[in-house]
Amino acid sequence: MINSRIFLKGLLSVKRFDSPAIALGASFVAIGALLKNLGFTIQESIFSTFLTYALPGSLVMAESMLIGASLLNIFLAVWLVNARLYPMTVSLMPLVMHKNQPRWKYYLSCHFVAVSSWLIMKSNYENVEKENRIDFWIGIGTSTWLIGIFSTILGYFSADYLNKDIMIGLAIVNPVYFMCAMIGVMKTKNISIAIILGAIFGPSFYYLSPEWCILLGGVLAGTIAFLIGENNVS
Amino acid sequence: MSVNILFAIIVTSLATYSSRFFGVLTSEKIDENSKIYRWFNCLAYSTLAALISRVLIFPNGMLEETSYFMRLIVIFFSILIFYITKKNLVYPTIFSAIILSILKNYIG
Repeated sequence: MINSRIFLKGLLSVKRFDSPAIALGASFVAIGALLKNLGFTIQESIFSTFLTYALPGSLVMAESMLIGASLLNIFLAVWLVNARLYPMTVSLMPLVMHKNQPRWKYYLSCHFVAVSSWLIMKSNYENVEKENRIDFWIGIGTSTWLIGIFSTILGYFSADYLNKDIMIGLAIVNPVYFMCAMIGVMKTKNISIAIILGAIFGPSFYYLSPEWCILLGGVLAGTIAFLIGENNVS
Repeated sequence: MSVNILFAIIVTSLATYSSRFFGVLTSEKIDENSKIYRWFNCLAYSTLAALISRVLIFPNGMLEETSYFMRLIVIFFSILIFYITKKNLVYPTIFSAIILSILKNYIG
C-alpha cells in the first residue's frame, strides 16, 4: 500500500542540519504557549494542531477568539489567510500524482501541505521516481506534522517558563526562516519575480484590505511573474 | 473540551482543509508541463512571499509589540548572515530570535 523505504526516506528528510524543522518547532512551541494562555486545555491544543496544521490559521483563530468573533467570522478569517494553500497544493500534487497510486492518498496527504513540508518536497521531488513520490511526500508530511504536534505540547507545558521577550523571539523565527528560504529558492526568473513582487504587493495591499491583501497581492504578483516568464519562453 | 473552543477548532480546520481539498481536486485535471501549472506555481510562490512579508511588516500577535525599526534591523542582519554563511538557514534563524529578544528587553 505504501512503499515503506520511500516513506522512511521522506520521514527522515527533516533531519538535515538546516531543515525547516527548527523554524516549524519554534513556532509551534509559541502556538502551544499561546493556546494555553488563551485557556485551551492540553487536549484542545493538540487537537488544534492535529486538525489544522497551518500556523497563520491557528494564530487567526486564537486572535478571533480573543475578540469574541462568531464561528462564521472565524471561518472566513482563517479561509482568507490560508487560501494560499490552494495554489500551493495545485503546484505540488501534479508532481506526485501517478496512475498506479490510489486517489485516497492525495486527499489524505493534502492535509500535510504547509510551508515547511512544501519547501522540502519542492527541493527534493526530482530525486524520487514519480510513481513513488506520493509515499515520499506522505513521509515528509508525517514528520513535519508530528513535529508541529510535539512542539505544541512542549510549548503548552513550558508556557509558564517562557517570558514575553522569549515568546517574541520565537515568533520571529518562522517568518525569518521562510524569508531566507524563499530568497534561497530564487533560481529562475519567473519564481524570483513572483517572490519579489509578492513580498512588495502583499503588504502594499494591506492598506486596501488587511484581510484580502495576501490573496490579492499574491495573485497579481504571480500572474505578472507568469506572463513575464511566458513571454521570455516564446 | 468546552464546546466553543471545540467548534472554533473544527471550523478552523474545515476552512484550512477546504483549500487543500480543492487544490487536489483541481490538480487531477492539471498536467505538470502545462501553462496553467506554471501559473499556479508562480501563484504559490507569490502568495507565500506576500504572507511572509505581511507577517514581518504588519504582524499579528506577539510581534505586534515590536517596532518597525527593530524588525527592520533583524530582517537586514538576518539576510546579511544568510549570505555570509553561504545561504545557511539555521544561523540567521537563531540570530533573529536572540537579537529580537535582546532588543525588546533593552530598547523596549
